[in-house]
Amino acid sequence: MSEAPILLEMRSITKEFPGVKALSDVNLVVRAGEIHAICGENGAGKSTLMKVLSGVYPHGTYDGDIVYQGAETRFSDIRASEHAGIVIIHQELALIPDMSITENIFLGNEPRRRGAIDWKSANRMALELMARVGLQEDPDTLIKDIGVGKQQLVEIAKAFAKDVKLLILDEPTAALNEADSQHLLDLLRGFRGRGITSIMISHKLNEIEAIADQITILRDGRTVETLDVKADGVDEDRIVRGMVGRELSSRFPDHTPKIGEVFFEVRDWNVRHPISAERQVCKNESFVVRRGEIVGFAGLMGAGRTELAMSVFGRSYGVYESGTVIKDGKEIVLKSVADAIAHGLAYVSEDRKAIGLNLLDDIKASTVAAKLSKVTHHGVLDEVAEYKAAEAYRRELRTKAPTVDESVSKLSGGNQQKVVLAKWMFTDPDLLILDEPTRGIDVGAKYEIYGIIQRLADQGKGVIVISSELPELIGLCDRIYTVFEGSITGEITRQDADPETLMKQMTSTKKMQTR
Amino acid sequence: MSRFKDLQKNLFGGTTSNARQFGMIFTLVAIVVLFQILTDGLTLRSDNLIALFQQNSYILILAIGMLMVIVAGHIDLSVGSVAAIAGILVAKSMAEWSLPWPVAILFGLAIGAVVGAWQGFWVAYIGVPAFIVTLAGMLLFRGGNQFIGNANTIPVPEGFRVIGSGFLPEVGPSTGYNNLTLLLGLAACVAVVWREFQTRKTRREMDADPAPMWISVLRIAVMVGVIVFAALRFASGRVGTSFPVSGIILVALVLAYSFYTRNTAGGRHIYAVGGNSRAAELSGVKLKRVNFLVMMNMSVLAALAGMIFVARSAASGPQDGNGWELDAIAAVFIGGAAVSGGIGTISGSIVGGLVMAVLNNGLQLLGVGTDRVQIIKGLVLLLAVALDVYNKSQGRFSVIGSITRSFRRDTPATPTSSSAADHEPAKTTVPG
Repeated sequence: MSEAPILLEMRSITKEFPGVKALSDVNLVVRAGEIHAICGENGAGKSTLMKVLSGVYPHGTYDGDIVYQGAETRFSDIRASEHAGIVIIHQELALIPDMSITENIFLGNEPRRRGAIDWKSANRMALELMARVGLQEDPDTLIKDIGVGKQQLVEIAKAFAKDVKLLILDEPTAALNEADSQHLLDLLRGFRGRGITSIMISHKLNEIEAIADQITILRDGRTVETLDVKADGVDEDRIVRGMVGRELSSRFPDHTPKIGEVFFEVRDWNVRHPISAERQVCKNESFVVRRGEIVGFAGLMGAGRTELAMSVFGRSYGVYESGTVIKDGKEIVLKSVADAIAHGLAYVSEDRKAIGLNLLDDIKASTVAAKLSKVTHHGVLDEVAEYKAAEAYRRELRTKAPTVDESVSKLSGGNQQKVVLAKWMFTDPDLLILDEPTRGIDVGAKYEIYGIIQRLADQGKGVIVISSELPELIGLCDRIYTVFEGSITGEITRQDADPETLMKQMTSTKKMQTR
Repeated sequence: MSRFKDLQKNLFGGTTSNARQFGMIFTLVAIVVLFQILTDGLTLRSDNLIALFQQNSYILILAIGMLMVIVAGHIDLSVGSVAAIAGILVAKSMAEWSLPWPVAILFGLAIGAVVGAWQGFWVAYIGVPAFIVTLAGMLLFRGGNQFIGNANTIPVPEGFRVIGSGFLPEVGPSTGYNNLTLLLGLAACVAVVWREFQTRKTRREMDADPAPMWISVLRIAVMVGVIVFAALRFASGRVGTSFPVSGIILVALVLAYSFYTRNTAGGRHIYAVGGNSRAAELSGVKLKRVNFLVMMNMSVLAALAGMIFVARSAASGPQDGNGWELDAIAAVFIGGAAVSGGIGTISGSIVGGLVMAVLNNGLQLLGVGTDRVQIIKGLVLLLAVALDVYNKSQGRFSVIGSITRSFRRDTPATPTSSSAADHEPAKTTVPG
C-alpha cells in the first residue's frame, strides 16, 4: 500500500486561536486509495485539522503547507476544496429533513437545463448515486422519513455528486447501530477498491482497527505517530496508548458488584407511537432491576430502547397504553416527569445537547435544574446552596472547568456528560436510566464515566445502561436485556454475554421465554 | 471620549448578555449627556424628567411582561389591543355601571387575566405559535375595543386618573422639596448599600473573592449619586408635582419581577423553557403551565398599562395602545434578550426601554419631526441587535476564543471591566 502515490500531504500545520495553539507542527500524509484514520482524544485537534484541510479556516489563517495531488493548494473556502474533490461529511448531518433524497443530493449543485432545474436527470442521477452507496429507497422519499443510517448514505451520495476524490468522514458511525455501521464500513472498503481515498475520524477503535490502512494519532495538537495497521500489527490497545500517552491497563475499572433484591419492575409495558397510533413501539415488555445492579439494554437503532426508557420515565414518549411499574413492592403511577423524579427515577438522555442540557446555562444552574426544590426555600433560590451543591459534584466527578460559573456549552463532551450525571445524581434517584452515556466521549473520559456508574450501583441504586456498543455493555453490565422491534427478546447474565449471542438475540423475532 | 469608546468596545467584545447590558447602561448615560448638551439642559429638568416617566411608564411595564414572553421563546403582538380593550371596559364600567375606581382597577386586571388565559390556552395547550395567536388577538381585541366603545372615547373620573397622572402628595414640614420623594430616594440609597454588602457576603460564601472594597465603594457612590440627583430633581419640580404614581407602580413591578425571574424556581423555569424546552420538560418542568402563565401574565400587565394610559389621557379611545407592542419588543431586544429565547433580564429591558424613551424625548425637544425620529429609532434597534448577533457569531465560530475569554474573566481584569461583571446583579442566576 505504501507504494501508492501520495494524494495529500499536510506539512507542519500550525493553527493558533487567540491564546491557544490548537495545532502545532502537525504532519499528515495520505496516499491515494487508502483509508486513513485520525485518532485522538477530544480536543486533540482532529476537527481543527480537517477544517484547515477543507478550507473552513482559509489559507492565511494557519501556518504550513497543503500539497494536494502534487501541487501546493491554498483553499479560500469550502467551495474551493469541494471543487478540488475534497468533501467533508460532518458528524451532524447537513441534510434538510423536509426535502427529498434527490433534492438533498443535489442541493447547491442542481443539474440545470436552460436555467431551470432538470428534475428528470436529477432523479436518474440520484438513482445511480444511491446504487453506488447501496441505498435502496425511492429518491422522492423525504429525509425525515428515513433512518439515520440511510441519511448517512445520502450524505455520501451527495459527496459523490460532487465528484469526490478525498472523502473525509467525521465520526461517521457515532449515531449508527452495529448493522448500519457495518454496512458503512463495507462501503468504505468498496470505495478503497475503486480508488477513492477516505479520511475517517472515529472514537470507535474496533472499527478503525478493522478498516484503516494507516492511522495518524494526534495528542494535544501534535502528531504523535503514524501507524501502518498491517505492518505494525496495530491493535486497539496500541492506539489507546498513542492517544493517551500511557498504557490503559483496562478499558473498564475493576468492580465487584453488590447486588441486592429486586426493587424496580416494569410489567407488560405497551406504548404506541405518538403520531401514528397503529404503530406499537413497546410490546408487552417486562423487566426487573435489582439494587446495586447495572442492567444493560442492547438492541439495534430503532429497536425501541430509548422509547421504552422514556415512556417509563413519566410518559415522556409516546402514548401509554397499558402496563405497570412496581417499585419497592408497590405499584406507582408516573404520569409526568415530575412524578418520575419524585419517585426516584432519573433519565440521562442519549442526546445531551438536544434534550439533556440547556446550553445557555452554566454548570451551577444545570446541576440543580432537575430538583430546584432542594435549593429553594418557599420558591426562592438559595444561591449559596446552589453553588455548594454544584461545586461538590464538580469535585466528586472531576469535571474539568475553572469554576461552576462556566457555561456548559464551553465544556467538552465528556465534561458535559459529567454535568448531566451530576444533574441527575442531585435528584437522589434510586434508579438511573443512562441512554448512551458515553456517546462521542473520548477513551479517558469513558473510563471515568464507567467508574461513576459503578459507584452509583455500589451505593445501592439500580442503573440501566442503554448502549449501542456491545463491548461497553459486556464490560459494564451485570445483566443484559436484548430488545428487538419493541419486544424484549432475551436476558443474558454477565457470564454468558458475548457479542455473538447478543447480536443473535438483538436480531431475532423470537420472544423471550418467560421464566 | 476615546477611553469610553475603548471601554464600550471591550464590553461589547464579551459574548454574555451582561456585558451587553452594561454597554447599554453606558449608551443610556451617553445619550442622556448628549441630549443634555444639545438641549441646553432641558433633558434633565424636573418637568421633563417627570414627563418622560409618565409618558413611558406603560411601555416599560409592557417590557417587563414582554421580556418574560421572549425569554420563554414566544412573542406577544396583541399587547396594545389588550390594553385598549381593558381600557375601554374599565372606562365603561365606571361611566355606565358606576363602579368605584379601585374596584374598576381590579376589574381591569381581571379582564387582562381572562384575555391572557384565552391566549395562553391556545399557545400552551393547543400549540398554536404565539405569533399567530397574538396576531389574531391584536385584531380581535382592537375590534373588541371599537365594538364596545362604538369607536368613541369615554372619559374616566378624577379618582381613577391618579394612577396615570397622580404624584406623591405633599406631607410633613415644608422643606421646599417633596418630602415623600426624598424619603423614597433615601430608601433606595439604603437598599443599594444593603444589596452591595449582601452580594459581597454571598460571594464570600461561594468561596469566591468579592470585588475589592474600593470598587464596592465606588459602585455605591455612583449609584447613590444617581439616586440623590434623581430624587432631588423629582422632588423639586413645579408645585404639586413630584415622583409620579405611575413611576412608583413601575418601580414596584420592576423590583418584584426582577426578583421573580432571578431568584425563584418559577423564574428559573421560564429561562429553562426558553433555553431548551425539551430538556426542561425532561427535567420535570411543567412546560404547558409555564407557557400558559407567561402569556397570561403578559396580558394582565398589558391591561394595567392600558389603564395607566387611560388614566393619564383622562379618557379611553379607539386608538389607545396602537403600536405599543413594537415599542415593548424593541425595548426587550435592545436590552439584550435573545430572539431565540432563554436569554434576557428585566433590568436590561428597562434600560433598553429607557434608551428608546430618552432618544424619543430628546429628539422631540430638539424639534425633530416624527418621521426622522422613527428612522433613527429603527436604526438604533437594528444596530443594537446586529451587534449582539455579530458577537454571538464570533463566539460560536471561535470556540477557542470564547474559552480564552472565560479564562480572562478569572484573572484579575482591569478594574473597570471587573466592576462590569459584578455590577449586573443578574450575573450569577440568569443563564447566558
